[in-house]
Amino acid sequence: MSDYELTYNDYDSREKILPERDKAYTPVMEAIGLSIEFGGLPAVDDFNLTVGRTEICGLIGPNGAGKTTVFNLLTKVYQPTRGKILIDGRDTKGMSTIQVNRAGVARTFQNIRLFKNLSVIDNVLIGMHNHTHYNMLTSTLRLPKYWKAEKAAREKALELLSIFGMQDQADAEAGSLPYGAQRRLEIVRALATGPKLLLLDEPAAGMNPSETTELMENIHKIRDTFQIAIMLIEHDMSLVMGICEGIAVLNYGKIIAKGTPEEIRRNPVVIEAYLGKKRGEKQDAEGQ
Amino acid sequence: MSLFSTIVSQLVNGLQSGSIYALVALGYSMVYGIILLLNFAHGDIIMVGAYAAWMCMVNFHLHPVVSILIAILTSTLLGVVIEKVAYTPLRSAPRLSLLITAIGVSFLLENGFQLIFGAGAKDMSSAMTAVTGGPSISFGGTTLSFPAMLTIIVSILSMAVLTFLVQKTKLGKAMRAVSEDMGAAQLMGISVNATVSFTFAVGSALAGIGAILYLCAYPQANPTMGSMLGLKAFVAAVLGGIGSIPGAMIGGFVIGMAEALVSAVGLSVWKDGVVFAILIVVLLVKPTGILGRNITEKV
Repeated sequence: MSDYELTYNDYDSREKILPERDKAYTPVMEAIGLSIEFGGLPAVDDFNLTVGRTEICGLIGPNGAGKTTVFNLLTKVYQPTRGKILIDGRDTKGMSTIQVNRAGVARTFQNIRLFKNLSVIDNVLIGMHNHTHYNMLTSTLRLPKYWKAEKAAREKALELLSIFGMQDQADAEAGSLPYGAQRRLEIVRALATGPKLLLLDEPAAGMNPSETTELMENIHKIRDTFQIAIMLIEHDMSLVMGICEGIAVLNYGKIIAKGTPEEIRRNPVVIEAYLGKKRGEKQDAEGQ
Repeated sequence: MSLFSTIVSQLVNGLQSGSIYALVALGYSMVYGIILLLNFAHGDIIMVGAYAAWMCMVNFHLHPVVSILIAILTSTLLGVVIEKVAYTPLRSAPRLSLLITAIGVSFLLENGFQLIFGAGAKDMSSAMTAVTGGPSISFGGTTLSFPAMLTIIVSILSMAVLTFLVQKTKLGKAMRAVSEDMGAAQLMGISVNATVSFTFAVGSALAGIGAILYLCAYPQANPTMGSMLGLKAFVAAVLGGIGSIPGAMIGGFVIGMAEALVSAVGLSVWKDGVVFAILIVVLLVKPTGILGRNITEKV
């Protein structure tokens, strides 16, 4: 821990931010002093965040603040330059993307990355890859175990699709779905990997207000049904303020504020980051 | 021989060589589909499979079935080893480096085998009779030879199993996922290394089967036998739409038929020329092939 003493300045403050019901449990994710540099330029700098087991947590900030980079660090698409990430109390140092996924982190993408030429249900089944158990020989010979495992997997996939009422589109090609449905399918596919922490990168992007409202309900439903933590990047403030219990605000790769939606809404530093400073106002909020 | 029986027997010839091309083309197409590599060493995997069969049958006098299994297994292992040793370290290198490496591996295998076993052909005609010496069927003045029937049936069976593997099993789904978006597949917990190795294993096993079927028609092994067969199968893969599995099957049969047709009209000297002419025409007219997807560059 001594390596992080200098940078990890708000370790004690996590108690304040975690939802009451999650305080007794190991946080699902802890980022401690997380930093990454690209060619000497810090993209994310000293990022500290704790997410409770069943928390819905928002990561907001202006464009280019480093939000997606944080997701890429959490999923090990990038290896951090400094700092560490604990998933469910386990240090993920040296883990690959696949191992982190198995440890319980799944995500969606800002620009949808479905397997567009595959059917809807196959996309979900690919998410379930590590939970479907039978080997090459069993499947080549089409032994009963194969049929049983495939049938069980298919039923599970349909059940997951039914969260969003998509079970009737199971055999459609994923690329042929309307935009909103593709976003929903990405969430289902990520859920299929059996995550403890679900990362949603701008889930409401391109959705109309009624679709967004429905999405909010569904995010709640997913959390309640699966008892998992959800962390989301979003620009739609009505969604973020409406469903997040804790919010972290990122600007220029640094967390400039953390708190409940109420606290964030009133925080002058956040308002400044989004709207700019009022003329003559003092720079007293720096480094908070 | 009547015109009808000539046509039928050429048709069967075309199907026989076409199904071998199709099996080999599948290996090309699957590997291209997943890591965008034209594996020019693929033809030489056939050659090694043929040598393995020769060693087992002629040198060690093993039972033909055992020999065939060993030959297929050797090809499979060789494909995976080549992938692990030569291609995996270059996963993030430019595609041209990978292509040059593939050509290097091909030369290494051809010249290595020439060094070890000599340049001359290893005759297996007597050994192969144990495999090819089955009953033939005659109807209407035409004869369906046993090797031809065997080749066509085995190829179609192999392709059916492959289609099932790719469409209906989790490994096949993982393969298609990796070929579409390697990064996203990884984030869904799919091991890219295992999936790529699996693809090479399946493709090389098909090449091994192709080697045995090739030996049924031409029972001899020589160090360069894989290069022309591999190149023609490559043409078949391009014709069908490289990266597409049904495309490779169709392409293989079309190439086989085209060859048979050219021979039927008495121009068998032009057989190879016609195949490569097809390649040129495809590349000029429809570079994505019969079933190929249009590739849009990511911005």
